[in-house]
Amino acid sequence: MAMKILSALITGLAQGSMIALVALGYTMVYGILKLINFAHSEVFMMGAYAGLFLIGGLGGESSPLFAGVVGTLGAMCLAGALGVMVERIAYAPLRSRGRNRANTRITPLVTALGMSVLLQNLAQLLFTAQYRGYPKLLPIQHTRKVIFGTAITVMIALELFVHKTWTGKAMRALSMNVEAARLMGIRTSRVISMTFVIGSTLAAVGAVLYCLDQSQTYPTMGTVIGTRAFVAAVIGGIGNIPGAMLGGVLIGIIGELTKLTPYSGLQDVLVFTVLIAVLLVKPTGLLGKAGIEKV
Amino acid sequence: MRGRRQWMVTITGALAASMLTIGCGKSGSGDIKPDDPAKPQGAAPVPAEWKVGAYLGLSGEDSAFGVDTKEGIELAIEQVNQAGGGPKGKPIKVLYEDDKSNPQEANNKVLQLIDRDKVMALLGEVSSARSRSGGIAANKKKVPMITPSSTHPDITKIGPFVFRVCFTDDVQGRSGAEFILKSLNKKKVALFYASDDLYSSGLAKEFRDELKRLGGEMVIEKSFLKKETNFTTYISEITGAKPDIIYVPVYYNQMGIIARQAKAAGVAGEMFVGGDGWDSDTMLADAGAEMDGAYFTNHYAPDVPWESAKAFRTAYIARFKRDPSGLAAMGYDAAKLLADAIGRAKANTSEGIREAIQDTKAFQGATGLITIDAERNADKPIVIVKIKDKKFTYYGTVNDKSKAAAPPAPVAPAPAASGSAEPKKN
Repeated sequence: MAMKILSALITGLAQGSMIALVALGYTMVYGILKLINFAHSEVFMMGAYAGLFLIGGLGGESSPLFAGVVGTLGAMCLAGALGVMVERIAYAPLRSRGRNRANTRITPLVTALGMSVLLQNLAQLLFTAQYRGYPKLLPIQHTRKVIFGTAITVMIALELFVHKTWTGKAMRALSMNVEAARLMGIRTSRVISMTFVIGSTLAAVGAVLYCLDQSQTYPTMGTVIGTRAFVAAVIGGIGNIPGAMLGGVLIGIIGELTKLTPYSGLQDVLVFTVLIAVLLVKPTGLLGKAGIEKV
Repeated sequence: MRGRRQWMVTITGALAASMLTIGCGKSGSGDIKPDDPAKPQGAAPVPAEWKVGAYLGLSGEDSAFGVDTKEGIELAIEQVNQAGGGPKGKPIKVLYEDDKSNPQEANNKVLQLIDRDKVMALLGEVSSARSRSGGIAANKKKVPMITPSSTHPDITKIGPFVFRVCFTDDVQGRSGAEFILKSLNKKKVALFYASDDLYSSGLAKEFRDELKRLGGEMVIEKSFLKKETNFTTYISEITGAKPDIIYVPVYYNQMGIIARQAKAAGVAGEMFVGGDGWDSDTMLADAGAEMDGAYFTNHYAPDVPWESAKAFRTAYIARFKRDPSGLAAMGYDAAKLLADAIGRAKANTSEGIREAIQDTKAFQGATGLITIDAERNADKPIVIVKIKDKKFTYYGTVNDKSKAAAPPAPVAPAPAASGSAEPKKN
């Protein structure tokens, strides 16, 4: 039994770090814009498709290393571009025109929902609803290690980026007060785009790893990981980068441990019960700070 | 929050759908052309042509199934019309309508075919959800409908005008248990299914009950959510219980993932037995090697040994230049059976055709000998398919009442109600 729990914990850790990769995108955008970017899960899905076509086009199983690495990088670029596009088309105009009006919170939220539905249907049109499997680049035992390694590396790099670079500093400034940051000479729209690029790029890494390890590609795949990633971001304290990692790992481990019980069919019930319990005890999430709402 | 989004989608969809219905309803009733031919009544004469409607998902998410079925129907109708000019010397004309893989649209198209085009009988759909919404309309309008491949038990319970030429899920679940215990002689069984999927949990329930009745031992039972993708923990739980065989009644897209992860955990392909949801080339492409040696219950395999199937396969390859899928075979059988019933009908009306379909006995289709039972289901053999060298190959039959079945000891016929399969829809 102990062995089983241990192996479930390891699987959960790998699963959770992948969820965390996607959760980072939600949390970073929220931290800066106070916007829940529902289209993020669709960027994840598009990243998976980009990876599928690129890896296939670059030789797939015949040259696993080259196709895997270059394909993933290509998918990251495309997803980053898509993320910025979504921001520029759907969110930025609302921000500039809606400034100082009452509904600046709700309108972008609805737009985000709309973008998500739009992208999902677009994928269905472009790629059909057919399930497509990734080529087998790596044995599954190794993909788990790669996922874990990648996630850790990415998160450390992200922490360093946010705390040690000027752009990172600008991001933190924006998350405190956009107007004040602008007055200090920060080009806010550029920083916001940067945030979307980073979030979307990480989602694409997560998507490629996810598909290599355990999933096929299909237009609604974003919701599967997207929901969990969003919950992870909230549990960890939305807007908080280490919180997203903690939340992701927690969700992953809870999910895997549930599978050991006879109630595996109720996995989501347990995950959401934990979410509610955490929020009841700590409304800001595990690592979230209760900030003063600035108007 | 995600829930909110799904609500949005649902509400918007429902609104759009209801607007469509209202629109179509109006135009439908206003559109009846008085000069439309053949609305036979009473001792109606033989019409100049037999109008049959076919509604299928020719676009949208399940279009592959719709297109396969349509090709099967086309082939059957061509053959029927060439042989003696069709039933009672008059050709059958099939009007195809695309329901866009959408249940609401299926209902609209059925009403349109009946009200505007005055069809005498209907063929369709693949998916149980769409056959259900189309079937309700057909039954209300008293036009007989044959679904080629909807396996959900409820479909034919709609009413006396809805038939099917496939087996139902309950028969399939029972046959799976019989096959494992009697043909494979495995006693310790594990069950692994999607708890929130109707098809999967329905098969699991029938399987569990039958296994108990036949004295098999269920060593472990695990359920998962259908969107699950990480099966590592489940697989180690199942192998920990040391089963001889694992019954996995799920759709092909999940099975491909399960098989890949099981292989990584050292579980061989021959450990798995499944249902007709596996019947897809996608699964073979994704996990054909991992599933080598697995068995599943199905309607058809490309190399089934009976003559009618061989003739069908030859004709299909000649016409469409590729091997027929199970769905094409089912579409072919549904159309052939309908043509046969039209030929036998005592009255040349929808009601007459309905009676003739109901009276169908031992009809030789490409998927086996079909008898329509009192519940309007097809009583027919279930094919056991073995996955070998990344191909679906015929292994044997169960529930076969016509002849001593193929190689491995076949099992006793399952009780009444025949099954239906949900070949890879959804």
